[in-house]
Amino acid sequence: MDFMNLQAVALPESAEQLRREVRAFLAEELASGRIQMRPDQWLAGWDEEFSKRLGARGWIGMAFPREYGGTEAGALARFVVTEELLAAGAPVAAHWIADRQSGQALMKFGTEEQRQTFLPAIARGECYFAIGMSEPDTGSDLASVRTRATRVEGGWELEGTKIWTSGAHHAHAMIALVRTEPVTERRHAGLSQMIVELPDPSIEIRPIRLLTGEHHFNEVVFNRTFVPDSRVLGQPGSGWMQVTSELGLERSGPERILSTFPLLVEAVRHLSRAGATPDRVRLGELVSRLWVLRQMSLAVAGRIEEGEDPAVAAAIVKDLGTQFEGLLVETTRLLVDIAPDPASEALLPHMLSESLIHSPAFTLRGGTNEILRGIISKAVTAA
Amino acid sequence: MIDALTGAVADACARHTTDPDTPAELNAPLWEALDQIGVLGLGVDEEKGGSGGGLEELVAVLGVLGENAAAVPFAETGLAAWILAEAGVQVPEGRLTVAVSDGLEVATGTDGTVEVSATLPRVPWGEAAEHVVVLSGTTLAVVARDQYQVTSAQNMAGEPRDTLVLAGARPVGGQTWPVPAGLTQAHEQRLSVLRMAQMAGAARRALDLSVHYASERQQFGRSIDRFQSVQHQLASLASEVLVCRTAAKSASLALTRGDATFALAAARVAAAQAAGVVAKLAHQVHGAIGFTEEHTLRLSTTRLWAWRDENGSVHQHASLVGQQALDAGPDSLWDLLVRA
Repeated sequence: MDFMNLQAVALPESAEQLRREVRAFLAEELASGRIQMRPDQWLAGWDEEFSKRLGARGWIGMAFPREYGGTEAGALARFVVTEELLAAGAPVAAHWIADRQSGQALMKFGTEEQRQTFLPAIARGECYFAIGMSEPDTGSDLASVRTRATRVEGGWELEGTKIWTSGAHHAHAMIALVRTEPVTERRHAGLSQMIVELPDPSIEIRPIRLLTGEHHFNEVVFNRTFVPDSRVLGQPGSGWMQVTSELGLERSGPERILSTFPLLVEAVRHLSRAGATPDRVRLGELVSRLWVLRQMSLAVAGRIEEGEDPAVAAAIVKDLGTQFEGLLVETTRLLVDIAPDPASEALLPHMLSESLIHSPAFTLRGGTNEILRGIISKAVTAA
Repeated sequence: MIDALTGAVADACARHTTDPDTPAELNAPLWEALDQIGVLGLGVDEEKGGSGGGLEELVAVLGVLGENAAAVPFAETGLAAWILAEAGVQVPEGRLTVAVSDGLEVATGTDGTVEVSATLPRVPWGEAAEHVVVLSGTTLAVVARDQYQVTSAQNMAGEPRDTLVLAGARPVGGQTWPVPAGLTQAHEQRLSVLRMAQMAGAARRALDLSVHYASERQQFGRSIDRFQSVQHQLASLASEVLVCRTAAKSASLALTRGDATFALAAARVAAAQAAGVVAKLAHQVHGAIGFTEEHTLRLSTTRLWAWRDENGSVHQHASLVGQQALDAGPDSLWDLLVRA
């Protein structure tokens, strides 16, 4: 059970200095009213101007080499920046996917031309990506994707439908997992990744509204969509390996713990007021769990910094972290005695409502927790 | 270096297993083996009579001992030696333990000899220890085994938690010493880290036993680890073991880096919660057999249940974390969580 050997990470002084810079920047953004603290902003907070301001400071593409517009600051520095942004409830959705995984997939598997085209723009906070994995009949069973790519002169033609595609209606590109060879007994073979640039007249993007009416998700339909050879990502047929290496990055980050943290901040504001009678034990239990899960996520970032791919530990962080995000909402309700109210002008009842309504997603997105437990138990019983 | 150390200790534990029927009895051969490996002075600087090494090494070794439910006062001896070294007092040879009291009476006899009196409840390994280090307010005393009476008692795991009665006991050196400022609190924090290291080890053993049992136990014509419901329990069990380990390691790191009051309390609460889940899931996977005296699972789970509330209950630690969160307030709550 190699995943058990996580080591506690002491962040270097340079990372703490970076933290102070990010905080000063965020304090100014919040004070000026340019941004507001809200829960679940890495899904819901699409703010292109904010992304550009972050890009200008070198806080996007921190994992990219300098020649592609990055800062080469590494996984730990990126961890500090992202956790500060999430804790402040800043609107980071626009660049989130591109910075977290698409850009790194391009670094790992992309051609020189692809890197030059996309990475500097991503790092400037100007180029946004969507994930093209799920399909109407393909959720957790990713190898069952049916979007077909057929060989044509100079490239491929795509036919099929992607679903739950966050931000596709704003994004400049999506990396689609498609089938380039017929299904054989080796289900994971014959899959490829392609960079599909958006918008495109052959692609229909239909909104799928959340139960709040918010529009983040889409259904994306390819109608004989042409993808030139120059936009195939990595080796045709290696899609499965490529996509799974992306998932490690997708699962262990602080966004799997902190989606509802702004609600806790508001709850503490409420409980700190004169005359409040807070349940310290219950609050302490919640905060303690958060402390240890953040330590665990940081330890995984430490592994990534060392060049490892801690996939099982990442699955554990996501399973425990996303459960915590829901627990935070439930515990907060018990701590504050305030009814959730989406119409309220006061922040706390509004945030409670917003967090509750977003909470079913926490343990679904990025691989359901049941799938994650399958990955973990496989590693546990193989030992 | 850590791997070599833990390897040697694991070896010693395998050679000298603790008898599950008498877990309250000192495992003397193991103690001797640990002495020979040279780990008994771990965590105390060499110039102060220890064998060097830091908290990280101590945590690693205690993890192995916790995994093996080793019946030796290793944590207690190391802790006592560290207290004495910090206080500038000569460390006696042999097994040691620590008692914190708020009522040590110190008297000077007519012939000028110093005598100390107190009743010290629930002292770990009080009977097997050769000296007890008593911390009472600003006074520190070291008392040899032949100077106190023992009433044996055990915790939930059957580990010795004895009552020591000092009635006009003559302390070592014929004197008491002043307790350096902050040492009592520092001792509690160190003890917290040591116990969490043991808990992480015990949790790991509970997982290993569960994985093994699930692979052997046949029901409906196949081993129960083929059932998805059991697989998911093993996954959750492993995840909470990782929480226990993370709590111990991160707390240890925090303590070596400065003021760790918040981190220590948060780690204790997190480890305690995780330990509870570990024990629950391990027993569920084992079915009825794990709940019997004949199965060794109890050595791990009863320790988890006992240790999580010793030296400050979860209630106290959670309450402290909650208060610190409120004191930090909305603007500094996040900083409290990430402060190095």
